[in-house]
Amino acid sequence: MAAGLRIDVRARLGGFGLDVAHAFALSGVTALFGASGSGKTTLLRIIAGLEDAADGEVSFADEIWLATARGIRVPAHRRGVGVVFQDARLFAHLDVAGNLRYALRRARRNGPAPGLEAVAAALDLGPLLARRTGALSGGERQRVAMGRALLSSPRLMLLDEPLAALDNRRKAAILPYIERVVHEFGVPAIYVTHAIDEVAHLADRIVVLAEGRVAATGDLPEALERLDLQPLTGHFEAGVVLEVRVTAQDLAHRLTHVDFGGQPLVMPMLDLPLGAEIRLRARARDVSVATERPRGLSIRNVIEGRVAAIALEPDTAFAEVVLETPGGPLRARLTRLSVEELGLGVGQPAFALIKSVAFDRRVLPRGPGQAG
Amino acid sequence: MELSDLGPLWLTLRLAAVTTLALLVIGTPLAWWLAFTRARIRPAVEAVTALPLVLPPTVMGFYLLVLMSPDTALGGAWVRLTGDTLSFSFTGLVVASVVYSLPFMVQPLQSAFEAVGRAPVEAAATLGAGPLDWFLTVASPLAFRGYLTAMVLTFAHTIGEFGVVLMVGGNIPGQTRVISIAVYEHVETLDYAAAHGLSAILLGFSFVVLLAVYAMNGGRLARAR
Repeated sequence: MAAGLRIDVRARLGGFGLDVAHAFALSGVTALFGASGSGKTTLLRIIAGLEDAADGEVSFADEIWLATARGIRVPAHRRGVGVVFQDARLFAHLDVAGNLRYALRRARRNGPAPGLEAVAAALDLGPLLARRTGALSGGERQRVAMGRALLSSPRLMLLDEPLAALDNRRKAAILPYIERVVHEFGVPAIYVTHAIDEVAHLADRIVVLAEGRVAATGDLPEALERLDLQPLTGHFEAGVVLEVRVTAQDLAHRLTHVDFGGQPLVMPMLDLPLGAEIRLRARARDVSVATERPRGLSIRNVIEGRVAAIALEPDTAFAEVVLETPGGPLRARLTRLSVEELGLGVGQPAFALIKSVAFDRRVLPRGPGQAG
Repeated sequence: MELSDLGPLWLTLRLAAVTTLALLVIGTPLAWWLAFTRARIRPAVEAVTALPLVLPPTVMGFYLLVLMSPDTALGGAWVRLTGDTLSFSFTGLVVASVVYSLPFMVQPLQSAFEAVGRAPVEAAATLGAGPLDWFLTVASPLAFRGYLTAMVLTFAHTIGEFGVVLMVGGNIPGQTRVISIAVYEHVETLDYAAAHGLSAILLGFSFVVLLAVYAMNGGRLARAR
């Protein structure tokens, strides 16, 4: 990979300083993850060239965007960075088509540029084109904002919690659009969020920011399985991402059978062809552990493995157990009492009982430019 | 009404129009700067901008008259450049009006720019628009009502000025004899009929202009200030 976004910056934040040195890979989606106030948005604004009060260096491929020591500060409009803001920031004096054309007229000329029709089709903007921006719903505004950013032919897309202002149903409706846009138009993206499910759904890798510093980085799905992310991702949402393949469709029972490292899993039917590779997400709280293969149980998904780690959570009733299985690790959240009563120990064989799995995303074939 | 009275009316409208255009050019960047600067001298600049609101017009006029006299650097330079004095001329009147009406242009524009905020401008910049581009295609259209308010207030205020004009311009027909001066002179000479005529024209004109703006603005003029 030739192009990279290298950052080494410091800036003042509310209660602490932002101090980030990191090289972002420029392919697919990088999630910039952290709690509110961790400096995610400030870092995004520094990359976009919208933050004046930052010291340090930012370079994109062989271009220097910021080098305060040498007095270099490339203004935002010369960086070719498309930004989708949390509040959409559509131009109120123009209709939807006017907003899109505003970007198109100022699009960077070098390289292939996405056309208005292709972008409108990918984001289903056709019915909205003649509408005034004030008459759009929150989800529609974000789709228009994404389309507008794309039409400026950016070399890098920055998405600043584009779903934060939407309710859960609308979020679910928009996520596929974001995914489609990123993969269809091949623009690398940095996606700021504090929602781990969005990370699991969209991202190829994650950069965790805490109190203005990079706390962890890694590729998905492995990064989500590491216990050291746990205090940042939160117990409630902690879990793992499973990569599975569709093996059978049971139309009578409306179930889809998938293969997880040689062991079967069933889940509510997904409209996918046989052989499709998908990602599932199993939250730790939806996984239990047994020391023998259970009988007479309504849970159908039982995966055989071996205990790889046990982490007791101090001052709580809970513990996290990591099971190593042929398909990859699974995490289970148990009470500490259960861990004791089952006599669980590292290295011991065990069975994971998965109450439910959530469909995360289709694993798309990776192009030559994409990092694995 | 005598035909000679239409002279001051025409001169007044010309003065108000030229002043409004000049202030549009001067006031727009000043208002933008005041809306978004973090410079320490901002309060001082704001105070100077607001001075014409509180100073008696005669005080303003007096200082301007002194400044424009051929003995000073400004007045002297003007005489060398044009062969004419700045005081007691139409140009001098425009300069005085620009100073006098400055807050009426700058304050509504500043509020309008502050209401628009940096957000849409930042969005435009990330789409590839340079500063002049985004100012003309995003910030200005979004601040349209502010422009309308500022221009009407400046125009109307310039029409209504009296003290500054009297001090700087005097009462030269066709040069500096604006409508308010003409009314004053009519009253001084006890020609109430002519004073009534001109006053009625000014009253009617002012009301119609303000009514039109309020109607277009849906009553937002007062809030925009």
